[in-house]
Amino acid sequence: MSFENGWIIPLLLTVLKSVATLVVLLIIVAFLLWGDRKVWAAVQLRRGPNVVGPWGLLQSFADLLKFVLKEPIIPAGANKGIFLLAPFITGMLALGAWAVIPVAEGWAVADLNVGVLYIFAISSLSVYGIIMGGWASNSKYPFLSALRSAAQMVSYEVSIGFVIVTVLLCAGSLNLGDIVRAQDTGLGMLGWYWLPLFPMFIIFFISALAETNRPPFDLVEAESELVAGFMVEYSSTPYLLFMLGEYVAIVGMCAIMTILFFGGWLSPLPFAPFTWVPGVIWFVLKICFFFFWIALVKAFVPRYRYDQLMRLGWKVFLPISLAMVVVVAGVLQVIR
Amino acid sequence: MTAAAAFFYLFSIVMIGSAFMVIAARNPVHSVLFLILAFVNAAGLFLLLGAEFLAMIIVIVYVGAVAVLFLFVVMMLDVDFAELKQGFLQYLPVGALIGAAVLIELVLVVGAWTQAPAAIAGAGAPTPPDVSNTLALGRVLYTKYVYFFQAAGLILLTAMIGAIVLTLRHKPDVKRQVIADQNARDKSDVVLKKVPSRAGV
Repeated sequence: MSFENGWIIPLLLTVLKSVATLVVLLIIVAFLLWGDRKVWAAVQLRRGPNVVGPWGLLQSFADLLKFVLKEPIIPAGANKGIFLLAPFITGMLALGAWAVIPVAEGWAVADLNVGVLYIFAISSLSVYGIIMGGWASNSKYPFLSALRSAAQMVSYEVSIGFVIVTVLLCAGSLNLGDIVRAQDTGLGMLGWYWLPLFPMFIIFFISALAETNRPPFDLVEAESELVAGFMVEYSSTPYLLFMLGEYVAIVGMCAIMTILFFGGWLSPLPFAPFTWVPGVIWFVLKICFFFFWIALVKAFVPRYRYDQLMRLGWKVFLPISLAMVVVVAGVLQVIR
Repeated sequence: MTAAAAFFYLFSIVMIGSAFMVIAARNPVHSVLFLILAFVNAAGLFLLLGAEFLAMIIVIVYVGAVAVLFLFVVMMLDVDFAELKQGFLQYLPVGALIGAAVLIELVLVVGAWTQAPAAIAGAGAPTPPDVSNTLALGRVLYTKYVYFFQAAGLILLTAMIGAIVLTLRHKPDVKRQVIADQNARDKSDVVLKKVPSRAGV
């Protein structure tokens, strides 16, 4: 470790990199939030947010001010410490996952050997924010929602794990940068893993929706039955942190899909004018592409029933992904 | 060295403190949350040792799955804790005995460490310098110990199937959903019933 001799400068550099990543990420998330609402509105033939700023572009910032300036209300029967800790955990974990994501060649705050496992660990921890918030509210709807979310997120992590295993088998590394480099075959977008692993790509996309509690799997906050799920008792800044954490986690899932299946920072067409574009721009464009699909799914897919959700996770995705691990391993054994 | 030592003491102190709070906290949900904090700090200690794969697996398996189910159960329990704490002291002799046994074992380990460093060096298998931790683990597990590894997997599978068989009950009078049957239905077997008002079906 270079940490031992002269560790002040590496430490300062890491802090600077982290701050830069966070600032850029939060600004992008603010506009993606606006984009999410605009896509939703367009599907329903509405205008969406169009008052604050040109085309409503500054809507998210107005919302931010509104949330911060309102009074946070803590229910009298709530477990105060855990009630306030829960939104912080959600926000912190969602932002923490971005520490290992390489947005361009060598552009990661921490280039871990076990980057994929780190992402997986962080995403399996994110259930705690919801369980703690639901329990500490000392109220029935949040508690029911917390129980649902625990079962839902643990179930879909299993199939996400197997999908990741197939990608690892192909790439032969747990390092996110190496996974992207393994997809650089000179064929452009035809060499990326979405094509050979197409069924796994679809399973990962759907599981990512379930893991981040997006519609059609938003049974955690299903407003028609649980009012607003685990967030019923939350207001102002703690609520803002929950919502921010949720959106950062969604963008994080888009980034992971980009890295695992869509060649990360690589250019889709491997010849001159396209390879001049910096990798970070391709990366952001690919994230926007996935986010657009996630926003579309929210707009036009009806919500699943809870038993259907569980059936899909355990009886459909788990057998398919298990079988695909065996098939991919067998095919690789023959090819190599 | 200073930075690594500082992190070692940070993780150890937080871990010991939270392990103590697991048994000292009055609220069992707080106990489980402290247990989770202890697990996370254990993962930090593994990282300092260079065992990055183990560190991540501890977070994924213990914190991400086992502790969630733990928390799940503890939250739904409705226990009177004053009553539970009453017989607390009668377990003291047994607890003291187990504690003493662990203490003696620890003393023996530390004694061997200081008296015979050569014995310790033979036990450890340091990571080869040119491969990563995960690769080194995989090479050992899937070559030298592959039969033990597979046997452990089979035992776990048996345990899982056993647990499912023990708890699965097919009640005869419960109407079950068969998705294939539902998907196979068409318009011809749909029955429309005229239900008179206030009479029910």
